[in-house]
Amino acid sequence: MLADWQYIAIFVALSPIFPLAPVVLNRLLGPHRPNPVKQQTYECGIETVGDTWIQFKIQYYIYALVFVVFDIEAVFLFPIAAAYGQLDLFAIAATVLFIFLLADGLIYAWSRGVLEWV
Amino acid sequence: MSQQIVFFILAAITLTSAIAVVALRNLFHAALALMASFLGVAGIYILLEAGFLGMAQLLVYIGAISILIIFAVMMTRRMMQTRETPFNSQVVAALIGTLLSFAVLVVVIGQLYPLVPGTDTMLGSAPAVDPAIIENSTARMGLSFVSADGYVLPFEAASVLLLAALVGSIIIAWPRSGEEENL
Amino acid sequence: MSTIIDLLKSLLSLSLGDFIRRTFGTSPGIELLIDIGGVVILSTFCLLIVIFLIWLERKLIARMQDRIGPNRVGGRYGALQTVADVVKLLSKEIIHPSGADWISYNAAPILTVIAALLVWAVMPFAPGVIGVDLNIGVFYVMAISSASVMVLLLAGWGSNNKYALLGAFRAVAQMVSYEVPMILALLVPVILARTMSTDGIIAAQSIPFLLFAPVSALIFYISSLAETGRTPFDLLEAESEIVAGFHIEYGGMKFGMFFLAEFVNTLFWSGMFATLYLGGYRFFGLENWVSADGYPYGRMIGLIVFFIKTFSVYFVYVWIRGTLPRVRVDQILNYNWKFLVPLSLVLIFFVALIDKLIPAGTGPAARMSIHLALNLLLAFLTLEVLRRRGRQFRESLSGGDGPGGREALFPDDDHGHGSDAHEAPAHDDHGDMPLGSREPIAVPIH
Repeated sequence: MLADWQYIAIFVALSPIFPLAPVVLNRLLGPHRPNPVKQQTYECGIETVGDTWIQFKIQYYIYALVFVVFDIEAVFLFPIAAAYGQLDLFAIAATVLFIFLLADGLIYAWSRGVLEWV
Repeated sequence: MSQQIVFFILAAITLTSAIAVVALRNLFHAALALMASFLGVAGIYILLEAGFLGMAQLLVYIGAISILIIFAVMMTRRMMQTRETPFNSQVVAALIGTLLSFAVLVVVIGQLYPLVPGTDTMLGSAPAVDPAIIENSTARMGLSFVSADGYVLPFEAASVLLLAALVGSIIIAWPRSGEEENL
Repeated sequence: MSTIIDLLKSLLSLSLGDFIRRTFGTSPGIELLIDIGGVVILSTFCLLIVIFLIWLERKLIARMQDRIGPNRVGGRYGALQTVADVVKLLSKEIIHPSGADWISYNAAPILTVIAALLVWAVMPFAPGVIGVDLNIGVFYVMAISSASVMVLLLAGWGSNNKYALLGAFRAVAQMVSYEVPMILALLVPVILARTMSTDGIIAAQSIPFLLFAPVSALIFYISSLAETGRTPFDLLEAESEIVAGFHIEYGGMKFGMFFLAEFVNTLFWSGMFATLYLGGYRFFGLENWVSADGYPYGRMIGLIVFFIKTFSVYFVYVWIRGTLPRVRVDQILNYNWKFLVPLSLVLIFFVALIDKLIPAGTGPAARMSIHLALNLLLAFLTLEVLRRRGRQFRESLSGGDGPGGREALFPDDDHGHGSDAHEAPAHDDHGDMPLGSREPIAVPIH
């Protein structure tokens, strides 16, 4: 119901105040004397060499991909779980088939060695 | 009235950040603007009494798709350093195309839902919906996913589609067993 | 005078909103004010309790490690230690690292606290004491916490630091991975209660769901450990490896905001565990007690019960932190994708099937027994599979593939097997056998 979301809307509108207050207070109370050496990024005491833009393993991308698929599956399953009391056996069979197909994807990814962190 | 104000705020967020997505030079900033746009859309869903859809938008688009996009951006080296502006000679053509499609949308929607005479709205008044239907809309949706007289076939097709997407992306992104050393 | 007594009684029965409605009448404006007041009280509570939580955790960890812990500031028990820490953080200089992205760098600490606060909106503290009882409450929690993962990327990328970016990537990979078993485990209480509303799930727990679904509870608990980045899954801020993870470049209160969000989140998941599996504020119907003059004093009992349950769960978080070492990044991800996700898929598969096969008229106790039996069977089979995998793994290690094999680890092993050592512990030859014959420590899921 929309009335329920009014509270969430107020929460979203007000919530930035709570973390902003201490940060602003910190800015007011703390000293502020920046210099280039102080502002260097931390890298074990030596100057940063090269770009921050280092290349990443493809594993991260694959995990995110598998995650997206399972996330979407969860979005489908939640309303079904909420309607569980009204489902007949056919509906349960359909749900179970849905889960089974997704599990298939996981088994495939596993057997291809995609989930291996090398 | 307050609903309209909220709608205009959300629409402004959605549109501004959508423009920012195409106008920003920094790819990471563009991805962030895309997320703000998704947030605005989620808010509009909630305003339309579709809270579940709004949260699904948050879960899937911000929690998953955006991360996938940013990971993809991170995989590609040196794309952030681009100094060239995203605007090029096609900007005029794009503008004309946008305006034309907007005009078409206005005409089509105006034909489908003509203004009620004497008012400035398309519907004389908000359609009366039983609050119980809205309250249970999520469970009703779940039921229609899997009931035989509902959408069980598209539902299973979605599952197959997800499976195909997973398998396909692994086949494309993952080297075949013989070429692992090229990774 | 009567108004003041009314106010006091309302305060004691946690029904301030009703008091305001009685005194000032009902109008949309008043409702808005009540909502705003609710938000302010809830957020302030979350921020202030962290001061206590940090002190509690330091004290508990210290005791577990045979130390005393904070004992100087604020008396014998160091009660004001955290307050002093907050003052210190407030007086720190804010340093803006060179090359950092202004928007991302500054927005991240704010957004992480916002996300940590927003989830509390659906937390039921006592009957009627809940921000808002959304009919999709559990899903709302998952959506907010899922979206908050983005904040880590903001912080990591915005800091212009290799360690920060690496830490953020690890953190995101870990968090999105563990979201899958968490969501799947969450489906079990939703199926059992037939609703996604947090209040509705509590209402359905005449018997706590922990007894219905211990496996689901365990999966949920482990995933929540990883979601909050606590030990043993604290690799994302492993000090010894990537200095501090995604918040290395943050100092002062901006760092404090990440710290705060972590504690608020931990308490939130403790409360969520109590709500979903321990019956939340339920206490034999006492929580619904309404006095003769119409004040629901039972709410206070419900609140106390809720916090007792929540802090018990929280204590286990601290206990685990004091007990377990950190695990490697490949172990974290393997444990999730090759153990938790398949297990939760199988679990949801069977729960969906079994709960429908139970005849409609079955009482809660009988229903509970069937579910419990299913869970125990599943747990037994899982352990059996793990044992077999572990044995295979050990045999592959001792299969003579040179260094790193079982012989290399335990050169004296061919003297006898573990059972021999236990039967004859006093034997001279086997003086060191209990150690030597110990099974090699192997990770069965690999």
